Amino acid sequence: MSEQQPFMKNLSYRGAFSLVFKRDLTIALRHKDDIFNPLLFFIIVVTLFPLGIGPEPNTLARIAPGIIWVAALLSTLLSLDRLFKSDHADGSLEQLLLSPHPLFIIVLAKIVAHWCLTGLPLILVAPLLAVLLHLDENSYSALMLTLLIGTPILSFLGAIGVALTVGIKKGGVLLSLLVLPLYIPVLIFATSAIDAASMNLPYNGQLAIIGALFVGSISLAPFAVSAALKVSTN
Amino acid sequence: MPNSSATLLSANKLTCIREDRILFEQLDLSVAAGDIIQVEGPNGAGKTSLLRILAGLSVPYEGDVFFRNQPINQDRESFHQNLLYLGHLAGVKGEMTAQENLAFSLALSGLDKNQAEQTLSQVSLLGFEDALASHLSAGQHRRIALAQLWQSQAPIWILDEPFTAIDKLGVEKLEQLFIQHAENGGCVILTTHQDLAMPSTLYKKLTLEYRFF
Amino acid sequence: MWKWLHPYANPEISYHFTGKLLPWLTKLSFLLLGTGIVWALLFAPADYQQGNSFRIFYLHVPAAMLSMGIYVGMAIAALSSLVWQIKLADASAAAMAPVGAAFTAIALITGAAWGKPTWGTWWIWDARLTSELILLFLYLGVIALHNAFEDKALAGKAAGILSLVGAINIPIIKYSVEWWNTLHQGSTVSKLGAPSMATEMYWPFLLCLFGFVSLVAWIICLRFRTEIITRNAMRPWVKTLVCQPETK
Repeated sequence: MSEQQPFMKNLSYRGAFSLVFKRDLTIALRHKDDIFNPLLFFIIVVTLFPLGIGPEPNTLARIAPGIIWVAALLSTLLSLDRLFKSDHADGSLEQLLLSPHPLFIIVLAKIVAHWCLTGLPLILVAPLLAVLLHLDENSYSALMLTLLIGTPILSFLGAIGVALTVGIKKGGVLLSLLVLPLYIPVLIFATSAIDAASMNLPYNGQLAIIGALFVGSISLAPFAVSAALKVSTN
Repeated sequence: MPNSSATLLSANKLTCIREDRILFEQLDLSVAAGDIIQVEGPNGAGKTSLLRILAGLSVPYEGDVFFRNQPINQDRESFHQNLLYLGHLAGVKGEMTAQENLAFSLALSGLDKNQAEQTLSQVSLLGFEDALASHLSAGQHRRIALAQLWQSQAPIWILDEPFTAIDKLGVEKLEQLFIQHAENGGCVILTTHQDLAMPSTLYKKLTLEYRFF
Repeated sequence: MWKWLHPYANPEISYHFTGKLLPWLTKLSFLLLGTGIVWALLFAPADYQQGNSFRIFYLHVPAAMLSMGIYVGMAIAALSSLVWQIKLADASAAAMAPVGAAFTAIALITGAAWGKPTWGTWWIWDARLTSELILLFLYLGVIALHNAFEDKALAGKAAGILSLVGAINIPIIKYSVEWWNTLHQGSTVSKLGAPSMATEMYWPFLLCLFGFVSLVAWIICLRFRTEIITRNAMRPWVKTLVCQPETK
């Protein structure tokens, strides 16, 4: 029989979530490189395409949704490293794993914090880049909506890959191989939604599917991440 | 009053294999309330691996670990509430101040994070509360990690080389804390390369040997 | 209900059991593949539209079906290892992965080879080929992750988690790729699919399919036995096995 210890009333899901969430935000805001580098990468990759393909507006407008989304995928991939790497290196990951708070909530908080630091800036910068690529006017709201619902999926699925590779030296290269195939459905439906919007066709179906992927990844990915973290810190 | 001879932590037939080398096999262990156990042995004998298995961080090749005679996998959260593990790495983030680090650790264990400032004085870090941990030394990092011990309500303490980079006075203080913790019904399992200064009646030794195959 | 399977979680018992299976599998695959391939390549009728190049179908479709089947097998092994803690399942997953990857590659190459005479290009982004390509990446990811860990037990667990995540995602990926393909259907249509089969084609196809299944089972058994021996090298039963004189 376990005794009721008085400090247990300090444990709560909301408390655990906000504790870890605030910590991750604090650390990142004091280390702003982690936020700006992936963002700059996103911008630079997008600007490479007109240079490589030619500045003809119609061509660019045609492929703009794909460019922006692929660049978003790659830049998220680049930023995923910081999710668990430094915690693993200094021993705080072990302490998180041994906390009486449920690991699901801790992982959830970390991934949401990660999205706030990488996905959100991406969404804010995307309209500017869309202008650079002559994206069709009708597509802007589709672009923003798909990014809003889609980038969290990237963070959640990517977290699975990082959790699996955090203990491996030079795991960053392997990470792309593991995670990019999982990103393909989001890419397909997001770009199709934006394309449909440019032709003034409804894109609710695509958004609904992305929404389903979003809900699925939020509820299931933290389990996979928790299992993977336990393997990586073994 | 807790039964002072109650078994807090026990292990049955533990076998640990790392990279095809058997570190130890069929190890049985029983830790009761009031026990202080020093795990000793040469480098590579498996002391850290044993401690990590007892804390539930590593999964042994064979064998089970029990908390109050219940397998730890059955009720992980209850086990974690009763466990404090401090490993080789201090778990201190360079971007946060000493006080923020300790407050986070306390809150993570379900303790009151407002006690952080005052607890830092226990480890002679008074005056350093607002210093960023990246400006502090390794010894100071370890002291931030150890500060949790003064607030911890967990009965089981598993400490891997807690005395690293701690001066003589600090080591004495820690040993006194361990003795007090054991008297209150807790238990301490630790590894250290130094000999414990406390009277030998108060602690037991578990020796691991280096195996070649 | 599954009690009869319990003894097979023991490596030694499984080792000897698969050892007994091997000669049967050898004979079966030789027989089935032998007749199947000869019939398919030489005696089955040529397709009225595609001519003799259609015969690659007898190789391509079984390879594609096996690539999916082996992944499912791997995912089930991963589930057994993670949920029921059966260590032997890690060995079987490690045995299956490269075989599955090889057959995915075969499916891709034969698909490309089929495409050349049919549409004139070596590659086409049709739904099945694209899905096979993504499946290949998933396989390679599992194999790479497994090789990145030095400790085999951890490697098995990590690769197992990835296999399961992949298994959940495969239907989603397949569906999205098929959907994507319908959106971007070029004018030179034609899916790389099987036309409705006449019986003269059906039987050689079945023979080839089951022949390849036996071949794969044979390869996997061999690899499985090797994995068991490597992972249990320090056990006494392995030592006696290795020291035994070869029985002719």
